[in-house]
Amino acid sequence: MARARSPLADFADSKELVPAERRAELMSPIEPERTLNDWGRSERVEGFMDETLYEFFYRYWFRVEVEGIENVPSDGGALLVSNHAGALPPDAPMIAKAINEEHPRPRPLYLTVEHFFKGYPGFSMLVPKIGGVAAHPANVHRLLHDEKQLVLVFPEGRKGTEKLYKDRYRLRRFGRGGFVEAAMRAEAKLVPLCVVGAEEAMPAFAQVPFLQKLTGLIYFPITPTFPWLGPLGMMGYLPAKFKIRFLEPIDMAELGGKDAAQDKALVQTVAQEVRARIQENLHDMLGKRKSVWFG
Amino acid sequence: MSRVLLTGLSTYWGGRLAQALEAFEDVETIIGVDSEEPRVELERAEYVKVSNQHGLLSRIVRAAQIDTVIDTRLTVNSFTAGPREAHENNVIGTMNILAACSEQDSPVRQFIFKSSAHFYGSEQDDPAFFHEGMLRPHPPRTPLERDIIEAETAVAELAEQRPEVEVTILRCANVLGPDVDTAFTRMFDLPAVPMVLGFDPRIQFVHEDDIVHALEHCVFHGTPGAFNVAADGVLALSEAASLLGKRTAPVLPPWGTGLVAGPLRSLGFKFPSEMLNLLRFGRGLDNRRFKATGFDYGHTSREAVAKLGQHLRLDPVMRGVEGGYTYEREVEEFLRWSPHVQRDRPGDKTGVEADSDLLGI
Repeated sequence: MARARSPLADFADSKELVPAERRAELMSPIEPERTLNDWGRSERVEGFMDETLYEFFYRYWFRVEVEGIENVPSDGGALLVSNHAGALPPDAPMIAKAINEEHPRPRPLYLTVEHFFKGYPGFSMLVPKIGGVAAHPANVHRLLHDEKQLVLVFPEGRKGTEKLYKDRYRLRRFGRGGFVEAAMRAEAKLVPLCVVGAEEAMPAFAQVPFLQKLTGLIYFPITPTFPWLGPLGMMGYLPAKFKIRFLEPIDMAELGGKDAAQDKALVQTVAQEVRARIQENLHDMLGKRKSVWFG
Repeated sequence: MSRVLLTGLSTYWGGRLAQALEAFEDVETIIGVDSEEPRVELERAEYVKVSNQHGLLSRIVRAAQIDTVIDTRLTVNSFTAGPREAHENNVIGTMNILAACSEQDSPVRQFIFKSSAHFYGSEQDDPAFFHEGMLRPHPPRTPLERDIIEAETAVAELAEQRPEVEVTILRCANVLGPDVDTAFTRMFDLPAVPMVLGFDPRIQFVHEDDIVHALEHCVFHGTPGAFNVAADGVLALSEAASLLGKRTAPVLPPWGTGLVAGPLRSLGFKFPSEMLNLLRFGRGLDNRRFKATGFDYGHTSREAVAKLGQHLRLDPVMRGVEGGYTYEREVEEFLRWSPHVQRDRPGDKTGVEADSDLLGI
């Protein structure tokens, strides 16, 4: 419809709609009567999930071990960047739970998800309530810059979750470095992190494109329990030992902040660097691991 | 001092705004034009019966030396008018009004246009909060949305052609309130709130009084540009239902929603086609730009829904207690022009003061 040079686009020129320094103060105030926030995140649903599923998986099933929790800043916006694999991976809730359990100042973690989840019945209802936010650059910017929240991204995205068991812990391409650009624009900190165990918890042995089309799902993997046990099979995790290591944060404000986001070469370099650091630490953690199940 | 021309005086917003502006001393003249008679009682606003003829409008504008035109007659609800009628009003009507105030020597210095958040549409890959600089990611799906974009484009062209005119576009979220008739007030009046199975969209509302105050605010404060008018807080539809004390009814299936909506419409559930996507994906608006101009909302989204809930519970008791109003030309003319009528001075507060007073600050 309206192309870039239409009068409409000129009229609604996005530059400095609201001065940067007033954006936080003009945010909608929190209404204590509500249990949902403006992103659709629900204290009640999240609390329920935490007490039932997360607690069990975190303590008894995956026996999560955490290193370097001090690298998660206790205030200000920060973008957490992690590796990602397996069908419907349990890594995101475990990282959120790790910050809640181990950090001296627990903070909620927002998880960026594919737009797919907003369009699929059921997921569309549940995902926002437990802290999922569509991976739109504007959403990430608002969370990091205006709300100073913690945001988790998986730059491998769908290429990561589609990864088969034989490719575990081999990082896929890190998108087009959009996550670095988002952190730079928001002048936030970027915290790389590695998760070991998640890629074995629900190994995918094959992808079935035909069934994916038929069901309209994002992908249709064959795992030890899916599709054999139906939708319930999506929760069939193997009890792999989880280890989460938070690496030293990179301060985007020091790298040049907002202006640096325009520099495509710098963005790519930082993205490569982050990817290399995660891959290196993954190799280190895997080298030290004696058993998939006992760590 | 402003001399104001209102379009669509017979519509809900035209009437409300005319009544509101009458209270301001700073508003010297209020002239309402429409092809139908006003439905509310007016003290000093004058009604001129004229249909969409830009020649006549232009003469009125010149004769009365109008400096502010407020256009609130946009159809934003496809069940209040058929697609053809809506197109006639939204596109052709807007063009006529713009033509009447875009002549080189026209006295108009301010043009305020009430638009709708349907401008942004509602899609799967939308951002969680639209700001004014964003355009919809996909082409419009319904004729109504297409018309709204076309109308806004024409208004933006006026801003480009005549830089001396301050053009304001207000993109209003879903309005709720005891008097206004919108798709959502109708939906919330049903015994249960209809939903699409498996979806719980995030939806933002705004109270009807806040829209009127927002329009007033634009008259007194120079606010060129596009603004989202939406109250603080984005609610999940299920949350809104529980505020109303109603159950949710997932009557629309996630697949083939359009097919089922048809028969349900004939059963009396009014789902305008522009609502179907909204019920699935929802929409959030970034309201900070308008707040940055100094505007304060009287209600949050939650309060707007809660107030509507109160009204809906009281409605069966209160209905029909107050008599309606019919426009009688002779009576109105007598009241306005007869030397025997004792008139109070119109409004004794100055603009901004009265404005903040009404907001309850």
